[in-house]
Amino acid sequence: MAIVNLGLNIPNRLQTLPPDWPGGFWWHWLIFTVIIIAFVLLLVMGYIYIERRGMGRMQARIGPNRAGPFGLLQPIADAIKILLKEDIIPTKADKIVHWLAPVIAFTPALMIFAVVPFQDGALLADLNIGILYVVAVSSVSTVGIFMAGWGSNNKYSLLGAMRQIAAVVSYEIPVVLAIASVVLIAGSLSLNQIVLAQDIPFILLQPLGFLLFFIAGCAEINRSPFDLMEADSELVAGFHTEYSGMKFAMFYLAEYAEALVISAIITTLFLSGWRGPLLPPWLWFVLKVIAVFFVMVWTRTTLPRVRIDQLMALAWKFLLPLALINLFITGIEILTLPATSPWVMIPVNFAIMAVLILLWSKFFKLGWGRVEV
Amino acid sequence: MKFERYGKGIAKGLTVTIRHLLRHPVTSQYPEQRLNVSRRIRGNELIWDKTRCTGCATCARTCPQGCIEIITSVSTEENKYIVDKFEVDTGYCISCGLCVEACPYEALFMGYAFERAKYRRGELVQTNEMLLASPERQPSGYMHPEIAAQLPKQTLLLEKITEEE
Repeated sequence: MAIVNLGLNIPNRLQTLPPDWPGGFWWHWLIFTVIIIAFVLLLVMGYIYIERRGMGRMQARIGPNRAGPFGLLQPIADAIKILLKEDIIPTKADKIVHWLAPVIAFTPALMIFAVVPFQDGALLADLNIGILYVVAVSSVSTVGIFMAGWGSNNKYSLLGAMRQIAAVVSYEIPVVLAIASVVLIAGSLSLNQIVLAQDIPFILLQPLGFLLFFIAGCAEINRSPFDLMEADSELVAGFHTEYSGMKFAMFYLAEYAEALVISAIITTLFLSGWRGPLLPPWLWFVLKVIAVFFVMVWTRTTLPRVRIDQLMALAWKFLLPLALINLFITGIEILTLPATSPWVMIPVNFAIMAVLILLWSKFFKLGWGRVEV
Repeated sequence: MKFERYGKGIAKGLTVTIRHLLRHPVTSQYPEQRLNVSRRIRGNELIWDKTRCTGCATCARTCPQGCIEIITSVSTEENKYIVDKFEVDTGYCISCGLCVEACPYEALFMGYAFERAKYRRGELVQTNEMLLASPERQPSGYMHPEIAAQLPKQTLLLEKITEEE
């Protein structure tokens, strides 16, 4: 239980428990583990509902509306259906790897919520290297995907897994660089400290960083328009071709849990996390998370899927240089203008973003300019 | 310097989708809500007018599928053919409407109904009285403008959207 041993900072709320209670901070661990699991599972179901209904309305459809009022029970009906399905394991599959892969793909999504604050200090472990932990743990799910591709003993699964890994690994870099510029402003790696530093949401101070993080985050969790490895309207399934029943449900869950993770991280880093007037902090957090996910659904409905060369070119030729320049400019701003009012910096940063994007729209080319982007 | 790839297209697309979100969806909840079909629909079945039919079997000859079978006998006192058996295998019917167009005495009509799925193949074969018009079996206006004039107008999804807006 590495998380627990690192969780040295017990939040104020739980210090009201008698210190001599049996178990000590194991209570803290237990309560927050339950909260996190319930939060992830509930919000994943909410996400599936929002995605299907929202996408339906954007395509002038209604979306699922039969199971329960307004189709609210549709995710539950789907879950029951999928759990009752036969669990098929290919004869020549690497059984242990095949069995472990969905677990390894899903757990990182749960583990990341250990450091995401739902309220001031209300988190499982207030690590002082919180965001580094997030970056490290979120990469682990890639291993699960590769295990799924390898363990299926199917060349198409393996190809899908390899393509996914190529995309995820290249999009990790702009993600980390965008995070670094936020960390520069906040001056801390702890997510709770980053939220406390956001008197003005960092989306205003870091518009370009937000854009880069959003694009790269969407690509890292393979959401449309970057979902060409498991394009559900074109391919069979990519890495989870050979999965069915409970294990497939696990991958499905992992997909949405990762979307939840990315929207929670965006909320914490750029939208001032749980902070907000009137409503209780945890409600602000949930509302912001859902709003971020809505934007993901919105872009998914709007944008067509990109090709693999466009995907890689976007990561290396567009996001990476812009993220580096953004980090550089942020560093200069912090060194030279530390005392400037943020209300001056906001228009400056927006102007920098506009200029950089306009410039890169001229620089960004595929195939030495022979291929139309 | 021309700038055109800075994300203008993406922004345009995003506004289109958000406008669709606020618009009334075109989906109709089929078993509960029904749209009026085209007045000239070529439905799943044929309607036969026994009194007008002379048993000339033009329909049977023109049918590309050969799914109309007609057997007649001669009535000497009335001096005309009597149709003993008029059988249509609607399972083979491709709803082309050629029999309706070919009938010289306007004794055949396409059906207006479209929900004619059956559980058994045998039930698709319709004979004599089963082919007559009835309240459930209205003739459609195909090839018969005078019938079309009496049928309700087709509901278009386009109109459905604009009227709800």
